[in-house]
Amino acid sequence: MAKLSTAGGPPASHAIEHLADVVNADQALVHRGRFIDLQWLWQIGDVPYFIGIQRGMILELVRGPVLMRSHEFAIRGAQENWERFWTPMPRPGFHDLFAMTKSGRASIDGNLQPLMANLRYFKEVLAAPRKLAEDGHHG
Amino acid sequence: MAELEPIVGRYMNLEIGGRSCRIYFEEAGSGIPLLCLHTAGADGRQFRHLMLDPAITDRYRVIAFDLPWHGKSLPWEGYEVEDYALTTDFYTAAIMGVANALELDRPVIMGCSMGGRIVLHLAHAHADDLRAVIGLEAADHQQPWYDTEWLNRPDVHGGEVCAAMISGLVAPQSPDRYRWETLWGYLSSGPGVFRGDLHFYRADSDFRDRVHLIDTTRCPVFLLTGEYDFSCTPADTLRTAKDIPGVEAEIMEDLGHFPMSENPEKFREYILPVLDRVARLK
Repeated sequence: MAKLSTAGGPPASHAIEHLADVVNADQALVHRGRFIDLQWLWQIGDVPYFIGIQRGMILELVRGPVLMRSHEFAIRGAQENWERFWTPMPRPGFHDLFAMTKSGRASIDGNLQPLMANLRYFKEVLAAPRKLAEDGHHG
Repeated sequence: MAELEPIVGRYMNLEIGGRSCRIYFEEAGSGIPLLCLHTAGADGRQFRHLMLDPAITDRYRVIAFDLPWHGKSLPWEGYEVEDYALTTDFYTAAIMGVANALELDRPVIMGCSMGGRIVLHLAHAHADDLRAVIGLEAADHQQPWYDTEWLNRPDVHGGEVCAAMISGLVAPQSPDRYRWETLWGYLSSGPGVFRGDLHFYRADSDFRDRVHLIDTTRCPVFLLTGEYDFSCTPADTLRTAKDIPGVEAEIMEDLGHFPMSENPEKFREYILPVLDRVARLK
């Protein structure tokens, strides 16, 4: 069983370490993202992660900051908020990206078109670490 | 022979707000008329579980209709050059038009989300024509949480983005089968329809100035909101309830914005006691 954070979900370091494995092993998710080829930024607390996606697979994940690295869009939130978001049965307000943005717990910026055109894909990538808490996957 | 459900669907032709409309409705049960209003961007299928529940249909004639542009109700002639935008006036005319066409005697009107918003208006404007109203995920006003322009533009698939925007309004406890059935309504909605409904919801239905005028001795009001609804939040509903003397409001655990379709079993725990109360009203 994977170690859990005090918030209930996997610790951020564990979630990020195994993100590519969990996403790339999900054939339906990769298929859904087969037209996606871009870099986006996931900011977890003070740490930005640059995530490179090609044909729906996470092929690069670089811990920042990295000087002058560009990205299409960014999704940002405090570490504790993401760890609460990743619990298998999150509490109201921590259960969805837009529940978090409406309450100011997360924010989105940049060119939103590729995010909105593939919204289900990216919401499932954000939620993928829930599987680590559920079944100790890669734990 | 296949097992047939007791739900029966028919069409009516009705003039609403000067438009010729062909309206689809379905119903089951007999007794007190219970007219159900679907959420924005969806259709009356959301109420199918209520129509299959003998604890309800033994006492209630449950009816759900699709607004024009929704479900099996066609958009009106000339839609191809029009930007659909629902208004309070048209919505009211559609609901009361259907109730009158079916000769419903003082129906109970139950609406969800934008349907929950309009019943607050009806409780005031048509108090004596109604037995009671039930607002699911209802408030007199709520804060917007995204730009509706994303819902209908050529470089984003409308059905996919509508469903992905609202998917988090379904509670995490809701069974996958019903979660995805609920989302299918959004995945399959017509272009710009959800956005057009939100015109009513966001721009033409701020009822904060009038809910205090509702007289619950003439038209009782019941409000039920799911704890996972971050669109119409429990706080929005409870704030609205404060301004309506005599209202009954309850927050539903483990439910989101689509209680009747996302988790019918759980919703029964909350709606059956309300329908018991309503059945005892004069």
